[in-house]
Amino acid sequence: MSDKFVLGGHEFNSRFILGSGKYNLNLIKAAVEQGGAEIITLALRRANTSPKENILDYIPKGITLLPNTSGARNAEEAVRIARLSREMGCGDFVKVEIMHDSKYLLPDNYETIKCIEILAKEGFVVLPYMYPDLNAARDMQNAGAAAIMPLASPIGSNRGLATRDFIQILIDEMDLPIIVDAGIGKPSQACEAMEMGAAAIMANTAIATAGDVPAMAGAFRQAIEAGRTAYVTGMGRVLTRGGSASDPLTGFLR
Amino acid sequence: MDIKQMNEENQVYFIDSDQLPPEVLARKHALENDPSVRSDHMKYLADMEIIDSDVKDLVRKAMDEFDYDQYTAADVERALSHNTCTIEDFKALLSPAAAPFLERMARKAEEATRRHFGNTVYIFTPLYIANYCQNYCVYCGFNCYNNIHRKKLTFEEIEQEMKVIASTGMEEILILTGESRKYSDVQYIGEAVKIARKYFRNIGIEIYPVNTDEYQYLHECGVDYVTVFQETYNPTHYETLHLLGHKRVWPYRFDAQERALRAGMRGAGFSALLGLDDFRKDALATALHVYLLQRRYPHAELSLSCPRLRPIVNNDKINPRDVGEKELCQVLCAYRIFLPFVGITVSSRESKQFRDGITKICATKVSAGVSTGIGDHEAKYTGKEDTDVGDEQFEINDSRSFDCMYQDLEDGGLQPVLNDYIYV
Amino acid sequence: MVTINGTAVNAAGKTVSAYLQDAGYEISRVAVECNRDILPRTQYDTTVLRDGDTLEIVSFVGGG
Repeated sequence: MSDKFVLGGHEFNSRFILGSGKYNLNLIKAAVEQGGAEIITLALRRANTSPKENILDYIPKGITLLPNTSGARNAEEAVRIARLSREMGCGDFVKVEIMHDSKYLLPDNYETIKCIEILAKEGFVVLPYMYPDLNAARDMQNAGAAAIMPLASPIGSNRGLATRDFIQILIDEMDLPIIVDAGIGKPSQACEAMEMGAAAIMANTAIATAGDVPAMAGAFRQAIEAGRTAYVTGMGRVLTRGGSASDPLTGFLR
Repeated sequence: MDIKQMNEENQVYFIDSDQLPPEVLARKHALENDPSVRSDHMKYLADMEIIDSDVKDLVRKAMDEFDYDQYTAADVERALSHNTCTIEDFKALLSPAAAPFLERMARKAEEATRRHFGNTVYIFTPLYIANYCQNYCVYCGFNCYNNIHRKKLTFEEIEQEMKVIASTGMEEILILTGESRKYSDVQYIGEAVKIARKYFRNIGIEIYPVNTDEYQYLHECGVDYVTVFQETYNPTHYETLHLLGHKRVWPYRFDAQERALRAGMRGAGFSALLGLDDFRKDALATALHVYLLQRRYPHAELSLSCPRLRPIVNNDKINPRDVGEKELCQVLCAYRIFLPFVGITVSSRESKQFRDGITKICATKVSAGVSTGIGDHEAKYTGKEDTDVGDEQFEINDSRSFDCMYQDLEDGGLQPVLNDYIYV
Repeated sequence: MVTINGTAVNAAGKTVSAYLQDAGYEISRVAVECNRDILPRTQYDTTVLRDGDTLEIVSFVGGG
């Protein structure tokens, strides 16, 4: 059965979006391969002169680059970063992340919506990282987002699906793909999010801080695939204990 | 006159079929027997607004693809154990395979109803203010060829009827007309609504579909919600039932609720007339219509009705066919499980016994003190008999008065509620 | 003086491509913003830096 992941008109086979931060560039290729990832995130920073190594040299060909707007504290800064990223000539994808809270690094939904409005009009495929709020997600969709990326728990925390019930609401109510981003700490959590109906998982710290980075990327791949298959197949029935009441509700029907 | 040229602006109004001129009778028979003389039911008429919306296409596609015989008991079991009912789950619950699970569906539906609505049930009454109609719908007692007594209430009569109804304690009213822009125009309905605002807390209308600006006007007059029944979501079959008039245009009718919501209405009501076409497919389409509009207009209060065909004046062949009470209950439980937040109205077409039972499971709104005739509330409520009354649209079954309904709901452990919200 | 990545640099009069080359940047791997506007790659050769210009030169790094 074909089960393509469609994002902004592009088709992917993998539902694992891999982050590239916090680990050795030499491991990226192996992580991409073992994780089966087709999308990898990047950040933009001031360039060094005479760079000894450039991350683009370590990313296998055919991988879609998803630059983020990390460092942006408001919509305007995020727009500037997104435009600069596109100028690198690596496609139209951008993950909007706007934070002005340095303690918990929680995304600012309001500034994010403003940013999406601008970038979507300029032809970007905009993937907003957000705090899982249904009203904000709807505004993001109306502003032109291509997917919604709610956080599972604070970024980099590896604490798992702390916002589970609210992500479920987004999955149930939104027409856009829901990509669970941030906080997923282990494969079982990625699997659970996929069973809930998430379209994809984005993970970085869980893999970057693992004992064996490529092997953990592989574990995530398996977990995401298992969760996806379970979701698509339709979860089996759950038997509840106890008998039914003796007085039937439907006894009145003729 | 060429039949294809006939429309509400120039159509002769046929009150008495015995006295139809021969050429008119010939036209009527031609419409019934020769599809080629009927207009294109998918083509908007000149005065009909076309809105940009993909809901119609999505609903039709899902309906066409719905093969309910492929669902099994295992699919139903799975659907019943899920916390969130997916569209696939909903299809399983509508399928014949779900019939043996009716009691379990009812329990799950009851749980969802109590979670979203507590034990409240709203009571309202419909008021028909005119029965002129310029559509020829073969199953309806108001159809333009039917030999019935036509009447349109004057504003004085409307006020009198409303006074009588309001004096029972009723706070919500649904104003209905036959579908005639000529005999009950938008201004006339707007004035009736303004009168209603003096006596009622909230007001719905069930009239012919209109354009967005007209819904806006009616909203300004005081209308809160708009109910339009699509009758059947199958356009091919729709065409064979709605032979003449504005109502013949299927897509314009389909988009009525969306136009109303865009015009600022607080809520919208939906329904298929179960039994006209394949009721499982119509139930799927109705629920998806609600589901999709809820996603596009999340603030809207949406509700479903579930009428089955009822006998009408001068035609004893009209009956609900294969939709028995058990099938109706299955559809309603599936609606509730799939759309836990929507209001479900059960009309007086159904029996007292059925309405008492279904309000304990999933219905959240019932009518009381109902008359589908024109201007006969006063006669019915006070016993005053010498009034001039227009004929009714269909025969009702549950004729309980407001007081009686209120008492019966309370006795059944439910809490009757007379209006839905306050204006602030 | 021209402010480049936050540092004052004596680069007025040079074209952007000349500056990037002289400073050792890998041109295909950077993007440039001049006075808060994107400077398209095609204009590096023709854009001459002036006193008071502000340049941001950026490139990709690992990130999540």
